[in-house]
Amino acid sequence: MVTASAQARPEQPHAEKHLLLRMTGISKSFGAIRALKQVDFDLRAGEVHVLAGENGAGKSTLIKILGGVHEPEEGQIHLRGQRVRFHSPREAAAQGVAIIHQELSLVPAMSVADNIFLGHERSARGWLRYAEQQRQALEALGRLGLDVDVRQTVGTFPIATQQLIEIIKALALEAEIIVMDEPTSALREPEVERLFDVIGELKQRGCGIIYITHKLEEVYRIADRITVLRDGDRIVTARVAELPAAALIRSMVGRDLPESARDAAVPPPSGRQVRLAAQDFSVQAARRGLRPLVDRVSFEVRAGEILGLAGLAGSGNSDLLSALFGVHRGRVVGRVWIDGRAYRPSSPRAAIRRGFALVTNDRQRTGLVLGMNIAANMTLASVARVSPAGWLNFAHEMQLAERVAGDLDLRAASLTQPVATLSGGNQQKVVLGKWLNAQPRVLLLDEPTRGVDVGAKQEIYQLMNRWSRAGHAIVLITSELPELLMMSDRIIVMHRGKVVAGFDRAEATQERILHAAMGGAVASSE
Amino acid sequence: MSGELKSIPSLSPAREAWWREALRSPIFTAAVAFGLVLVLGLIFSGDGAFYKWGTHRDALRQASVYGILACGMTVVIITAGIDLSVGSVLALVAVSFSILSIHWGWSPWVAIPACLAVGTACGAVTGGIIARFAIQPFIVTLSMMVFARGMAKYVSGGMKVSTAVQGANGTYSYVDVPEIFRLIDSRLLGENLSVVSLIFLACVILSWIGLSRLRWGRYVYAIGGNEAAARLSGVPVGAMKVLAYGLAGLFAAVAGICQAAQEQQGDPETGMAYELSAIAIVVIGGTNLMGGRGGIGLTLLGTLIIGYIEKILSINAVAEANRLMLTGVIIVAAVLIQRRRV
Repeated sequence: MVTASAQARPEQPHAEKHLLLRMTGISKSFGAIRALKQVDFDLRAGEVHVLAGENGAGKSTLIKILGGVHEPEEGQIHLRGQRVRFHSPREAAAQGVAIIHQELSLVPAMSVADNIFLGHERSARGWLRYAEQQRQALEALGRLGLDVDVRQTVGTFPIATQQLIEIIKALALEAEIIVMDEPTSALREPEVERLFDVIGELKQRGCGIIYITHKLEEVYRIADRITVLRDGDRIVTARVAELPAAALIRSMVGRDLPESARDAAVPPPSGRQVRLAAQDFSVQAARRGLRPLVDRVSFEVRAGEILGLAGLAGSGNSDLLSALFGVHRGRVVGRVWIDGRAYRPSSPRAAIRRGFALVTNDRQRTGLVLGMNIAANMTLASVARVSPAGWLNFAHEMQLAERVAGDLDLRAASLTQPVATLSGGNQQKVVLGKWLNAQPRVLLLDEPTRGVDVGAKQEIYQLMNRWSRAGHAIVLITSELPELLMMSDRIIVMHRGKVVAGFDRAEATQERILHAAMGGAVASSE
Repeated sequence: MSGELKSIPSLSPAREAWWREALRSPIFTAAVAFGLVLVLGLIFSGDGAFYKWGTHRDALRQASVYGILACGMTVVIITAGIDLSVGSVLALVAVSFSILSIHWGWSPWVAIPACLAVGTACGAVTGGIIARFAIQPFIVTLSMMVFARGMAKYVSGGMKVSTAVQGANGTYSYVDVPEIFRLIDSRLLGENLSVVSLIFLACVILSWIGLSRLRWGRYVYAIGGNEAAARLSGVPVGAMKVLAYGLAGLFAAVAGICQAAQEQQGDPETGMAYELSAIAIVVIGGTNLMGGRGGIGLTLLGTLIIGYIEKILSINAVAEANRLMLTGVIIVAAVLIQRRRV
């Protein structure tokens, strides 16, 4: 490369000549959760190594360790045969590791050239050498056949071009190990093709690429090797030819199915009234030029029914729920009915009035007001009930909160303590209690059991059963497939914003769902 | 499950003794700080001036206008916002009130509501822009700060609006100070309590009711604590913000009326940097600038702390230069102390 490289790299031992990266015995925990258990991973020059696994399998943690964001508790990292320890992303970048995140890390208001050299500016005695930077940037762009003005502001380019600029930034910094985390999730077809061309180019130049994707088609198009993670364990590493789609999916899902917690007493909902129906429901992306987050989705949920909404990260299932709840006002197209009456999502407030409740997938960020006490959080969605004419009735509020706390078996010393002092499971119960008090008819549950202990999970399942018995309609998202299979009466699967498959309770299996969620052809699961 | 009432399960760690909890509360810290200030006053009494009731009456009176502004500021800060415009709105109202009362001879029954409406409107406009266009409160209220100051100068023609009225032939004649000015600047209970201090107290009580007893106050805390969660729980975030900034504007108008009465004129240059004093009071009291936490009781104590420090320094004849430097040190020290316990 033309860019100055003063640091001489030591000669590699012959045996490891093409081995760029070797990670051995990597373990990492977050609190009680073991995100990675003794994971081995390696990368050779000129290969694309796909890292596969369900949400929460440990892929991101592994990448963050490689990128210097986290430090592993156990294990070693060798780069080109030399042991390294990264304490910060900057150190990893200096050693030639570039990570291209889904959310781009470019500064939109700065020029292409300035972005490429951000943090590594070419300068002489503190003065920037603009001409030099622009010359080098142009050179780097040319190598990948990208023809843009390096002085133009990055934010003015389409997202696909920005993604390529990000890759070029990695190259200009002499990265040899390039990690791409679902780079195509926002791209349209021709842009995906272009990206794949660039990846081919990178392979020829001797770079190693770690590629994370949720799309089967991509795996089999560009992978040389595949490593599957599941629940923090490395399940298999194999050449792509040795791991056909069916085997790949089996190795990803292999979790055991638990005892069913779904209430058998719930009457089959087929004959019951349709609570929630949507037809050709779409959600546009926040930025122009991107594919829609949700693309002409139609479904219905009957009273007392739990509809499972499967889909991997970026499938749009979460966006579908928040759009129904009125979050994406102005970007929503299509028709929705609740109990047969037309409904137009305009704001969460209006949605709640029409009987919706949304349990978001991040209780700390979007579910709770952590500094407020338990009782206040539990009545937040129904304050009007405890404040006739605008005056708060604290006794009534406490009464409502106590009843719900008893119902949900909330463990707390007092309902006036801040929610922040509760454990994760109890915090989640406060979120559910908030919606119990709001008396909804349609419950949109996005990862309702995320980060809660086993006991609390069971209680949440029982609450879902209760809601279901009471004739409420429930739409459930959970990235734990066994949980989805266990609780759902029916499952629809989303991929890239579209519904790609639907299964009855009896015919749904983990393999079939995951196959569809990764964009595989329907009904070819075995 | 049926609706029977279960008592709260008390399975988790035993509840702390109430007094232990109280000792760690911000209100206790603020009260201790105020107590320390009083002790300082007892020691450095300015040749016994501190032992005279008149000193305390004046300390309260001088702090009142700042305290009134701080009440509105507290509400805005709890929504995780800031209002830089209150000093200018105060000046605009002081000028308007003087013109209406002195020059135009309006009855206070009309002039006061009109002035309160002006202040509230200023606040509601900033609140509306902040809510509708999602611009940072800092920028929007900074703009209103500049705009209202200009408005005050425009309305007054850049001159102090006083009882000296220029006649048609260019000569000045003096009119009487309006009765309402005298009333607001007077003292009650045998000269022992200033009316402006009473007005300040009324503002404290009103704000306390709003924040602690009304649904609106619950929403204010929820928005400041976690705006996204509040919105997703059906809180009408925009409308609540308009009300919060509107209330700050209303209190700025109340302060402006008091200011005009005390100065017996409407000075378009008055109230400079008062918004910063108001913010300092709120912060010294212990309300968190990040929003969602704090309260009006803290602001009451903050007003007293600042007011008494100023008074003690002045009865001990500390030069203004030193007073300002000391006040700066005290503000940052107060914030450091609060940080330690969060």
